[in-house]
Amino acid sequence: MATAQTQTAARFMMAPAVLLLLAWMIIPLSMTLYFSFQRYNLLMPGMEYFTGFDNYRYFFANPNFWAALTNTLVLVGGVLAITLIGGTLLALLLDQPMFGQGIVRLLVIAPFFVMPTVSALVWKNMLMHPVNGFFAWLARVFGFQPIDWFAQFPMFSIIMIVAWQWLPFATLILLTALQSLDEEQREAAGMDGAGPLSLFFYIILPHIARALTVVMLIQTIFLLSIFAEILVTTNGGPGVATTNLTFLIYMQSLLQFDVGLASAGGIVAVILANIVAIFLLRIVGKNLEA
Amino acid sequence: MGSITLKNVKKSFGGVTVIPDISLDIEDGQFVVFVGPSGCGKSTLLRLIAGLEDVSDGMIAIDGEDMTKTAPAQRKLSMVFQSYALYPHMSVRGNIAFPLKMEKAPKEKIDAAVNNAASILNLTDYLDRKPRQLSGGQRQRVAIGRAIVRQPKAFLFDEPLSNLDAALRVAMRLEISELHNKLKTTMVYVTHDQVEAMTMADKIVVLNAGRIEQYGSPLELYQRPANKFVAGFIGSPKMNFVEGAEAQKHGAHSIGVRPEHLTVSRGPGTWSGVVKVSEHLGSDTFLHVDVEGAGTMTTRTSGDVAFKHGETVGLTPVEGRVYRFDAQGMAV
Repeated sequence: MATAQTQTAARFMMAPAVLLLLAWMIIPLSMTLYFSFQRYNLLMPGMEYFTGFDNYRYFFANPNFWAALTNTLVLVGGVLAITLIGGTLLALLLDQPMFGQGIVRLLVIAPFFVMPTVSALVWKNMLMHPVNGFFAWLARVFGFQPIDWFAQFPMFSIIMIVAWQWLPFATLILLTALQSLDEEQREAAGMDGAGPLSLFFYIILPHIARALTVVMLIQTIFLLSIFAEILVTTNGGPGVATTNLTFLIYMQSLLQFDVGLASAGGIVAVILANIVAIFLLRIVGKNLEA
Repeated sequence: MGSITLKNVKKSFGGVTVIPDISLDIEDGQFVVFVGPSGCGKSTLLRLIAGLEDVSDGMIAIDGEDMTKTAPAQRKLSMVFQSYALYPHMSVRGNIAFPLKMEKAPKEKIDAAVNNAASILNLTDYLDRKPRQLSGGQRQRVAIGRAIVRQPKAFLFDEPLSNLDAALRVAMRLEISELHNKLKTTMVYVTHDQVEAMTMADKIVVLNAGRIEQYGSPLELYQRPANKFVAGFIGSPKMNFVEGAEAQKHGAHSIGVRPEHLTVSRGPGTWSGVVKVSEHLGSDTFLHVDVEGAGTMTTRTSGDVAFKHGETVGLTPVEGRVYRFDAQGMAV
């Protein structure tokens, strides 16, 4: 694929796919952009008109916006912290030789295959339910007052559910990274006098740093738009305690029928996601070079 | 100080016995080479000494102290791995300093030791580079540098030159020998290359199928091989073996003659045969001669001897240089 001729041919052959992808992305984006400058409410059809930046002004003026922004960041940060640390520890555990390794690994990956709505409902009704839930039963067994998770610790509960879903992903990627560590390097470090902790911090952690970065980037992209788990459990409440940006936009478009405002929110979310991504790439991007 | 003693060491992996029973004394300051064909257990033996594998039975003592159950780091040995096992994310300085850092040595001491090691190994200009920016020989030197800063009781080398090209291998061979002369520390070196063994060793341990075939100085092994295996393994090209009637004449089950101890003549010799291949190395010429009733024999003659394919030559062994072996392959 090095000669000029093959490159031209390759471009021609790739063009349809690239154009399709471009259209796929550009059309919804430009429509959202267009609607965000329109006064467009589904309750008043046929009365759309151009309003300039009004939608954006209203969106930022909404007191729930700042709450939603904080919630989004708390949710992303919390899940990232749990999955990165937990994933590293689990990967270290699974990397040990043990009986039934294959089956155990399969079981660990299982949560990733459960649909977000289903897993959230399972957590809501079977684990965290204040009357029927497993945690409530456990609390009663030891004589404690059962905790009403979604009322008392709504954000923590959501973080737990989402972290449970994403932990397998982090574990899997980090496990493969661990397995690619040269055995002789471990042995050399052992001979050089590195104990388990030094081995982890000086040899293993730098080795899996790149994988950690990748996990962090991919997860951030998906976690910024968490929606199903919130919809089926807390519905953004109590109050706006678990309303993130995605959920806020959903409320504006489909509960208040304000398409223009929601589109403005969507654009703001896109810009925020890009800012976060740029920051992340800046901070951790060094790891991806070389 | 660094004498190493193995007493009745046994090692098996699951049901497979790799080392049935080895006892060995390595004296302080010696350069000992373990040599043998692949799979003979020489690397396993080194790893047992290093503590990277547990012995199944027997005792390993370093400086007279029982170290059989001691962790690798506490044995005060340094190892140079075949793949060098450098830490890729650390600079050369970081790599060399790592063992001292693990000992929590003071910073001035680390710096002094690193700079000293770097100057011994000509690495001073590369201290801030990463291992991937170095050539094979430089990486090799970093691995050695990492080994010497700890001032270990003994160095263990696990086929350290096998990843280098031929010219570099010869150069590094010299450097390691010089290092040994300078440091006077015990070195245990594993290789499958008998040339490395012969050129570097004070003493060679020839291993075969987990057993020590012979333990002695290079010349001892060359001149008085204990058995047919050692005779065939030491020396290049390989010794020629003849069995049957020809051997009977010498009162042995089989006899062996080294290629350099066969004189070639145009007329008839003790044996005569047809030249199959002649390899001209410049300084030497190797002739592979098909001898009736004795198979192919290799001779080593001086470079200016010009025999061609298909010529008939006579081969005569040098007087007193015929090795005799009994039916069990032991030297007689």
